[in-house]
Amino acid sequence: MRRPTAFPEVRWGRIRTPRPELTIALAACHRETARSGPSMRAPFTLSGCLHGARLCLPLFPGVMIFASAFGTAAAQKGLTLAQATAMSALVYAGASQMVALELWQEAWSLTTVLSVAAVTGIVNARIVLMGASLQPWLAGAPVRRNALNLFFLTDASWLLGTRYRSHGGADHGVLFGAGLALWIAWTAATVPGYLAGALVPEPRRCGLDLILPIFFSAMLVPLWKGPRLAVPWMVAGLVALIAQALTPGYLFIIAGSLAGALTGALLHERR
Amino acid sequence: MSAADGFLTSAAGPYLAIAAMAAATYLCRVAGVVLMSYVRLTPRITRGLQALPGSIVVATTLPLAVEGGMAAVLGVAVAVMTMSLIRYELAALAAGLGTVALLRAFGF
Repeated sequence: MRRPTAFPEVRWGRIRTPRPELTIALAACHRETARSGPSMRAPFTLSGCLHGARLCLPLFPGVMIFASAFGTAAAQKGLTLAQATAMSALVYAGASQMVALELWQEAWSLTTVLSVAAVTGIVNARIVLMGASLQPWLAGAPVRRNALNLFFLTDASWLLGTRYRSHGGADHGVLFGAGLALWIAWTAATVPGYLAGALVPEPRRCGLDLILPIFFSAMLVPLWKGPRLAVPWMVAGLVALIAQALTPGYLFIIAGSLAGALTGALLHERR
Repeated sequence: MSAADGFLTSAAGPYLAIAAMAAATYLCRVAGVVLMSYVRLTPRITRGLQALPGSIVVATTLPLAVEGGMAAVLGVAVAVMTMSLIRYELAALAAGLGTVALLRAFGF
């Protein structure tokens, strides 16, 4: 059995020397962990945050060009700089921000506010599934810490965190660091895009409109854990393709992902 | 209703829309974790959760690649191959994007 590690704990650069009774309580938690699987008290360290931020460095050019493209589109739709930046900072979900611009109004009513919120929720519904897959990892951490960590959850940080976790990592700081670093890049790059729209390179020309599918597909390789996953993944892909043909918007992501998870759950039932 | 509409048409309207979008998105971010914390992790649920990340990735990637045409499909294929050979995300990303840009430059 693994001994409790990471004492003393480093949090935001502050060294915390553990009190004896705390150590005993933590050791009990770790024993619990060994039995129940999910980490009862995963660490959250500064070095983890930095590691997470480093992991998403390759994505910075793509993310920043996309945020700039959003800034440009927001300027064309008549948002003020403050509104465009606030949307990037508070919503922080590219596809839904772009869709919202299509629905942007000169004058708002309760109905239009609620409908733009509903469309945003539909476009971002895939994040619900990402959260579900993270739950066993995040379980047991302080609620406020998870609440903050999840604010910065985005496709890329989810995938980097999932990969880190699948290789045995436990530090929640990695997920947080990746999400925060991408948030800074996304929010900051909205401003130059808004101010100098004409200078933003056309994302299509350099293939950057496909950065998410390409990054996602590359990250399938480290997620591959043997042929056991082949059938669920194929079902996910097939159902997603069918759903794409039949349903509007991004519903195919939800349909395919759920079909894949369901297949994974039902396979190997006989053993 | 008309009083609320009058308030919304004022300068606060766009910010209320942004706040509503932010609330909807944050709800999506926490909902999965909160909902699953009420579900007991049976072996079956665990197997489902293990298959979920890859399924999300495939269900996102495949339709977008197919929609993007020949260049996108080949870009994804090159990215996966590069990643399997070198195991370095930046190289895979560069190879994939490079393939797309090159093919598009040639009119695919």
